[in-house]
Amino acid sequence: MTRETKATLDEADRAIVNALQGGFPLVDEPFAEVGSRLGLPTDEVIERIRRMLDDGILSRFGPMYHAERLGGGLTLAALRVPAERYEEVAAIVNAFPEVAHNYAREHDLNMWFVLATETPEGIADTVGRIEAATGLTVYNMPKREEFFVGLRFEA
Amino acid sequence: MIDETDRRIIRATQEGLPLEARPYHRIAADLGLEPAEVMRRLGRMLEDGVIRRIGVVPNHYALGYKANGMTCWDIPDDRIRDAGANVGALDFVSHCYWRPRHLPYWPYNLFAMVHGRDKASVEAQVEIIARLLGPDDRGHQILYSTRILKKTGMRIG
Repeated sequence: MTRETKATLDEADRAIVNALQGGFPLVDEPFAEVGSRLGLPTDEVIERIRRMLDDGILSRFGPMYHAERLGGGLTLAALRVPAERYEEVAAIVNAFPEVAHNYAREHDLNMWFVLATETPEGIADTVGRIEAATGLTVYNMPKREEFFVGLRFEA
Repeated sequence: MIDETDRRIIRATQEGLPLEARPYHRIAADLGLEPAEVMRRLGRMLEDGVIRRIGVVPNHYALGYKANGMTCWDIPDDRIRDAGANVGALDFVSHCYWRPRHLPYWPYNLFAMVHGRDKASVEAQVEIIARLLGPDDRGHQILYSTRILKKTGMRIG
């Protein structure tokens, strides 16, 4: 289910979210550097990030790795799931550790998931196993080219 | 491009950085490395694009971005690079990819994720994309997400 979080962010929280969607410094005391930029004590920067992670306002804090550059496989795939089988198929698909994200969407192709595998060849294998387990055709849509990736959300 | 020491650093950080004043020193101590080496290797992986960036990932739902539209466009193949570059440069597009069609059922080859606080703002942004594409837009759809069924970090290294 969509996590319903009451986002009660004050000005300092917003400043941290807006400033730290990239560019976390590679220095001995990075939180101190961020704090001095934002006018906040080091401990407070750390505590605010911890609280926003606990509250689900942040889903991650750290390095974002690029799967293909690590030698792995990555793809976006979709299924047309009959309405009466939706929960059953969602459980089957989600049980695959290769499924990193899975979203319900409003379309005939009503289930969209990202597969991440340790090798590029692992994608075809995983697609085959999902087809066998669900009895449904997987529409595999690996990227041909990436034009832009950069999540930027203003808090 | 990455060696075994890089992989150990990746494994130690893919769940996130330690929330303490000297996070790289903590990782270094856990792995038996020098802090300067951990920072140097992370910096090199950033330069090489193995790491896209280091920072926070907001949960966009929690920030009030409740309407998340995967917009899908049917672009002539010989125009897709121009179209993708132009759409990807828009500041409200978070991801933009060229992907294969599945004809006749799925004619769309350009995907752009658009996030708004409501559907009206997503639709206004889609109008901007459609105007930008002009005749290269041979048809498009917005697929809104209605539920997150699963969201985990990717397991790598």
